[in-house]
Amino acid sequence: MKKVSLVVTLLLILSTVLSACGGAAAPAAQAPAADAGAAAPAAPSGEVVTIEYALWDANQLPAYQACADAFMAANPNIKVNITQSGWNDYWNTIQTGMVAGTAPDVFTDHLAKYPEFAAKEQLVDIQPYVDADGVDLGVYLGQLADLWARDGKRFGLPKDWDTIAIVYNQNALDAAGVTLDELNNATWDLETGGTFQELIAKLSVDENGNNGLSPDFDPTKVKQYGLIINGAGEGYGQTEWSWLAATTGWRHIDELYATKYNYDDPRFTGTIQWYADNMKKGFIMPLEQVSSLGGSAAFNSGLGALHSNGSWMIGDFVNNATFPFGFARLPQGPEGRKSMFNGLADSIWVGTKHPAEAWQWVKYAASKECADKVGEFGVVFPAQQSGVDKALAAYAAKGVDVSAFTLQATEPDGTFLFPVTDHASEISAIMGPVMQSVMLGESEAAVALPAANEEVNALFK
Amino acid sequence: MSVQSQAVGRSSPSNARPRRGRRWLNGESLTALFFILPSLIGFTVFYAVPAIRGLWISFTNWDLLRPAKFIGIENYIKLAQDKEFWNALYVTVYYVLLNIPLQTVLAMIIAVMMYRLTKSMLIRALIILPWLMPPVVVGLIWLWLLDPNIGIINVALKALGLPMIAFLGLPQWAMPSVAMINIWEYVGYTALLIFAGLQSIPGSVYEAASIDGASESQTFWKVTVPLLRPVLVFVIVTSVIGSFQVFDVIAITTKGGPVNATKVLNWYIYEQAFSRFNMGYATAISIVLFAILIFVSMMQMRLMRAGESDM
Repeated sequence: MKKVSLVVTLLLILSTVLSACGGAAAPAAQAPAADAGAAAPAAPSGEVVTIEYALWDANQLPAYQACADAFMAANPNIKVNITQSGWNDYWNTIQTGMVAGTAPDVFTDHLAKYPEFAAKEQLVDIQPYVDADGVDLGVYLGQLADLWARDGKRFGLPKDWDTIAIVYNQNALDAAGVTLDELNNATWDLETGGTFQELIAKLSVDENGNNGLSPDFDPTKVKQYGLIINGAGEGYGQTEWSWLAATTGWRHIDELYATKYNYDDPRFTGTIQWYADNMKKGFIMPLEQVSSLGGSAAFNSGLGALHSNGSWMIGDFVNNATFPFGFARLPQGPEGRKSMFNGLADSIWVGTKHPAEAWQWVKYAASKECADKVGEFGVVFPAQQSGVDKALAAYAAKGVDVSAFTLQATEPDGTFLFPVTDHASEISAIMGPVMQSVMLGESEAAVALPAANEEVNALFK
Repeated sequence: MSVQSQAVGRSSPSNARPRRGRRWLNGESLTALFFILPSLIGFTVFYAVPAIRGLWISFTNWDLLRPAKFIGIENYIKLAQDKEFWNALYVTVYYVLLNIPLQTVLAMIIAVMMYRLTKSMLIRALIILPWLMPPVVVGLIWLWLLDPNIGIINVALKALGLPMIAFLGLPQWAMPSVAMINIWEYVGYTALLIFAGLQSIPGSVYEAASIDGASESQTFWKVTVPLLRPVLVFVIVTSVIGSFQVFDVIAITTKGGPVNATKVLNWYIYEQAFSRFNMGYATAISIVLFAILIFVSMMQMRLMRAGESDM
């Protein structure tokens, strides 16, 4: 009896520990052998093929539903079924779906994610389709199309783009006597912090009503912070610090698909230290206060004067800000104003049973027709100029001036590309905790970041 | 349950073992087998087989999407040198130490109070209410309550003239906050188990104690605690196992941060498996967690003489 119950005990413990992993243990060798290049036979006429399509941005769902409706009207033999889920669930669902063989045929993909999927042979190379159908890649703004190509293969057609700008609380500017002009022409540099540092000091107010320029300012009792950022930014810092670090001439990587990161550069470590120092001074909301509910929630509840964020959040501010607000240009650094240029695209999963139909949908979702439709909804900037014009008109109709984002995108050298490389998830796992510890003041940027950089670069060896 | 069965198994040594040859022919055994068959099938299909598969996966480099390759004990060698793993182990043990003693003592107090002061079903129901809530909801509620900017707890601290605390945002506060949330969630359930144990102690023992002139605290320490021991062993062993596997509240509130302060073993396993695509490695960590749990559970049962009853 004793032996038996002991064995049972062990088995019970083992299974509770392992069942989570075991549950996902679908046959590993199930990787579908789809040959992307070969055009799959089109479905016999009369038979309706359903394409499952996934996206994460709820704001964009109505826009793409409109595209899908038009697409289905033109292609009666294809039905597009759209599923939307939030950012975190989204990627879990896609990944486990790939393992289980139930991933959507087409899904909205991100630059931080697609190289890993491509390396694990989960994405259809659409270059043969692009060649066969003569798709003009020149219609896409800037280098958007290049972001999705690697070694002659292509894993997505651009649908939209985004840049970073500064959101401001009009009431806070008025109270401090700061004009929009001053904000739009702010300067920044590593040594002095420029007029941008003065501005965020002036816009920081403690509970006694002193602002950050006053010697009596109490950084432990700040009522309104000069600047709020979204977090520590892991390895990208897209909305958090990339727009300042890049004005020094620093870049994450030297070219797309680089095998070496530059987190040890003094221009980068200096910029991050500037953030940490200003959090301590009470001019930027300390990291521990934004980590749970996020920077935009804090800004929307009136706890800050300025907030850096991306163009995809415009609608969020329109809906949630409890005060008059607007968008201002990024501060100018030694090398001008710089914003990361990022874009989404649709990818086709290799497990799709209908690659030809999936391609038709991908092509349509990245077409001028769909771009114009999406633009009219005014939720995102489409990847083609005509769509952008529609979006600008839609925003203007809502009374929002979004030129801070579009000027940044069209300015010569105003943008730099999202750093696309392999090992994105391992890099995030390394950089996440290190960036947090620097911004929380637990370690020095000049010491911790070069050490992390060595770890990151070791991934490529 | 396993613990109980062992406790029962050991505490009834007088039941002579049936002779081996006869055992399976015994009608009683057949009936018993018939009754456990449904759960036995479920156990085999959903627990035992995946668990054994898991053991196999831990010897491979499976990345979820490509075919797995056998790599021997490479994952285990990597693990021994992985400072993130050792940090996760340290953080987990820290959590268990924060969680179990306080939770058990509080549950004991609540159980004794329920036993001595009230027979109200309503109060018993209220006490286990947090346990009835889905852990995700619990995590979300506390995330908002503890928020430094707009959470009501910091509003209260401020009203009392105390400084604001970023409970979930600072490395030194994050784990105590998570432990507190979990204690709040599970203390009622634990109290209910102890309460059931208290009810099984015959009243005659207490009468005898009071006739002998035992004080309230003497009665508690000399009568209640020893007679409650089998139940306490069960409660502690299962809650230690549970708290070594803490996950849900961390997934909602801190996601392993800040600066790895709450990156417990289970979160690290999840991160390795589903964010970093290292399923083989993640499974190896699970196996190590399993070994740790066996060791801890057996130590506990031995030290607390789980099989013996003083009744």
